[in-house]
Amino acid sequence: MTTTYRQALREALREALAKDERVFLMGEDVGAYGGCFGVSLGLLEEFGPERVLDTPMSESAFVGAGIGAALGGMRPIVEIMTVNFSLLALDQIMNNAATLRHMSGGQLGVPLVIRMTTGAGRQLAAQHSHSLEGWYAHIPGLRVVAPATLADARGMLWTALLDPDPVLLFEHGALYNVSGELEPDAGPVDIDTAAIRRPGRDATLVAYGGTVRTALEAAGRLAADGIDAEVIDLRTLRPLDVETVLASVRRTHRLVVVDEGWRTGSLSAEISARAAEFALYDLDAPVERVCTEEVPIPYAKQLEDAALPRADDVVAAVRRAVS
Amino acid sequence: MPSLGADMDEGTVLEWLVAPGDVVHKGDVVAVVDTSKAAVEVECFDSGTIERLIVPVGETVPVGTPLAVIGDGRLRAGPAPEPVAEPAPVPELPRPPKVLASPPVRTYAKQAGVDLASVHGTGRGGAITRADVARALPPPHGEPEPPPAVKVSPYARRLARERHVDPATLPGPVVHARDVPATARGPVPEQPERDRGGGMREAIASLMSRSTKEIPHYYLSTTIDLHTALEWLREHNRGVSVHRRVVPAALLLKATAVAAAEVPALNGHWIEGCFHPSGTVRLGVAVSLRGGGLLVPSLEDPGASALDELMRTLTGVVTRARSGRLRSSELEPATLTVTNLGDLGVESVQGVIYPPQVALVGFGAISKRPWAVGDLLGVRPLVTATLAADHRANDGATGARFLGTLDRLLQRPEELR
Amino acid sequence: MNVKERERLLRQMIRIRRFEERCVELYSDSKIRGFMHLYIGEEAVAAGVLPALGPGDAVVSTYREHGHALALGIPMEAVLAEMYGRTNGCSRGRGGSMHLFDAGRRFYGGNAIVGGGLPLAVGLALADAMQGKALVTACLFGDGAVAEGEFHECLNLAALWRLPVLFCCENNFYAMGTALRRAQAQTDLALRASSYGMPAWPVDGMDPVAVTEATERAVESIRGGAGPCFLELRTYRFRAHSMYDAERYRAKSEVEEWRQRDPIPRLTESMRNDGELDDAALAAIESEVEEELAAAIAAAEAGAPEPVEGLTRFVYAERRP
Repeated sequence: MTTTYRQALREALREALAKDERVFLMGEDVGAYGGCFGVSLGLLEEFGPERVLDTPMSESAFVGAGIGAALGGMRPIVEIMTVNFSLLALDQIMNNAATLRHMSGGQLGVPLVIRMTTGAGRQLAAQHSHSLEGWYAHIPGLRVVAPATLADARGMLWTALLDPDPVLLFEHGALYNVSGELEPDAGPVDIDTAAIRRPGRDATLVAYGGTVRTALEAAGRLAADGIDAEVIDLRTLRPLDVETVLASVRRTHRLVVVDEGWRTGSLSAEISARAAEFALYDLDAPVERVCTEEVPIPYAKQLEDAALPRADDVVAAVRRAVS
Repeated sequence: MPSLGADMDEGTVLEWLVAPGDVVHKGDVVAVVDTSKAAVEVECFDSGTIERLIVPVGETVPVGTPLAVIGDGRLRAGPAPEPVAEPAPVPELPRPPKVLASPPVRTYAKQAGVDLASVHGTGRGGAITRADVARALPPPHGEPEPPPAVKVSPYARRLARERHVDPATLPGPVVHARDVPATARGPVPEQPERDRGGGMREAIASLMSRSTKEIPHYYLSTTIDLHTALEWLREHNRGVSVHRRVVPAALLLKATAVAAAEVPALNGHWIEGCFHPSGTVRLGVAVSLRGGGLLVPSLEDPGASALDELMRTLTGVVTRARSGRLRSSELEPATLTVTNLGDLGVESVQGVIYPPQVALVGFGAISKRPWAVGDLLGVRPLVTATLAADHRANDGATGARFLGTLDRLLQRPEELR
Repeated sequence: MNVKERERLLRQMIRIRRFEERCVELYSDSKIRGFMHLYIGEEAVAAGVLPALGPGDAVVSTYREHGHALALGIPMEAVLAEMYGRTNGCSRGRGGSMHLFDAGRRFYGGNAIVGGGLPLAVGLALADAMQGKALVTACLFGDGAVAEGEFHECLNLAALWRLPVLFCCENNFYAMGTALRRAQAQTDLALRASSYGMPAWPVDGMDPVAVTEATERAVESIRGGAGPCFLELRTYRFRAHSMYDAERYRAKSEVEEWRQRDPIPRLTESMRNDGELDDAALAAIESEVEEELAAAIAAAEAGAPEPVEGLTRFVYAERRP
């Protein structure tokens, strides 16, 4: 069945709303407008205004209300337009969602899913394009997932809703229109493990979300030159499935991390540090990182392109590692 | 001194609002204290008459220190203060003049043998720079430049260790795994394996191939009657708790070590065409791992340890070898190796020498067999001891003397204790 | 209000007052650490608001919540043991004075972010409404929260969706050390709340009877489906913001003036004058409270420290599907 990332996400929402009456969707323009990026188009008509709630531009209030509703026995799905806007609700996510279980000595739990768009590539400039999922991955008490494939876009939401803890689901904005084949019976998938998207012997390429495609493209080009790169999709950014990454490094002895976040204090830094901690004696070359340039994302296309990790950069990094 | 806030560890009495003889009530403000954040009024939690003020104005004391005594003699807070003797004044030590130098410069100076105190600093604030240290160096005497450092990737370094290759001999400037040859190049100190994966197999393969390729082995064997030794051991073990019992393998190990000291021609290394006897005995003990493969940790001079102690060491080292947690001292190169396959039921072992050692002692299973005792046929516990030795380093007669010594030692177990 | 109800109010206020007075001593003695915000002076609010809620109603509170917790019925020993960091504390030693929780009583915590509890209250009310339960969520916060964006977002959202939230603003006229008039252009907080389209009125927060009556009226309206209400409870804290401060931000005379309106002597006098209370009855209340307090201290002292081996518990659920 041919479908798109957007349709797969919508199908997941539809399944969740149909399966569990405690589930509801809430956010800015998720109803009448159909979702800022069209993900929830048609759901208001199908499930009604009690299940699909348009909220005012009050990120802190509606994210916090999602947390409160989760405490009160519901299974809310909160949509925030972009990760940049989520900063208006950071207080609620950090100080309430992530801490209530611990602060209450295990009495409370927050079974909430927050979906948001992340990433650049659409010339939306510096307040709609950043990749801040690494910040959230810093926070104990949260789970952070990033679907990179249609199957994950289709399958991660339900598993996240079953989780007793808050799950942040990052949808890369450049993926919404990506189309591909999805099994008609595609359903829930795990949100605990990383996946090897392409096996290889010579180098380990670690990516997630939007950069998985970049890594796969680079691996394809490298294969033409006889360099066999393995591509790992992290899928879950917290807690990290480090074992899958380390096992791969132990086979290939080279590590290249591709991250659309900035290099400094990033997920790519975390992955590199884990390799240094737990697989140093398997590394045959310094770890390479391909990250976004340390600038706010600019508007002009040539500038934005130059700021982001490109397949060319990944190819060059792998070549350095295997040289 | 009450705790007046989360960040308060001590406080200074700024003012006493009461004096001895004053009557105070619970909740009255009695003093003002500086918490370093603010001046805060201190209230009391008891009623009574102020007997005396303990802490004078201006004094800083830790939280929990009693400040004053109220009425019935109860202290306001905390335990009664111990009478404190006036501390003797501590003479101030003369301080060395402060030397400003960054850690890398200090390291450099240390390596170059330059005393920083004698160097004049020209850097910021009088700090000593690398150039200052260089200027203080004695003029060179035509010493050769040290060779440029070779960078070795961590993985290549690990492979080199496993394959007994000195990474410094490999071509630089950067050594990768592919640059590490599969077999060792020259004599390097023996190092047992730590890794249990394919690396270990590779290392064993390379080492054993090298041994059979380079070493002209000769083999001797002798059967030793262990009747006396085992009887003695049984007697010894009767008096101790189960976990302190000594097994025959430990006795064999001890006898081997003592024999090696008596026949030093088998104890040492063959390096660059000649035998280097070792002053001490360090026995390698082959430990087979459950998942396959083999580690050879070494024990320092088992001949000198008491049998009980050797037994404990042996148990520990086998456990550590099997769990991959050998200590670095147990990875020191051995001078002679013992392999005991008796547990597995074999009669005798014709072993392969671990280069650069020159001999390997093997023991088979201890089993009861017919044996001539005097002129009668008896049943005795016997063990076959074998010796594989390097014919370049010694001859059959040496080997025979070694096995003879071993036999003799085992007939007098009490001397091995 | 009948004698029994007035006596109940008095007993509750004395209970909270004596508890906190003892907390001061325990803090000075380093038995309690961290930040501790005292409620002394504001007891009429807790004593009036919380008992006026019905069974199953939810409460969201602030970091100055000892009084709320006690008035809701969380045992004194569980509250004190929490401040001691003990296993028998109501948050198992992970919250301390500022983060008391009791899921069973639907007490959703002391929230130490000013304004941070309001969105939770809106969400709890939303969940109850969605599940068709006729329950009310009481959300207590101070005048400082009115300056936060979350206050305005939440009043708007609750009114927009007609959610069953009782917003209780405990206006003690100081956000930490900043006087209301130095922080807010419009200091009539009820007026501001009413601009969001909900009933809002000021209440004498030093009078527990007035607080009770106002709360009952508001709860009835909310439970009837009229949407949220806002009470501005004008009150005053007699002590420092957190344990001790130099109180440079207010005049002693001002504190003294407010102390004249201390709700405990006021209600005591009023009941005496009406012949509802004599010395013996008052002494009985005091001695019962003292007994409860002594038992709570003994329980807190006897409680085991929460074990360090369990440090990382309660970060994620211990069981996942």
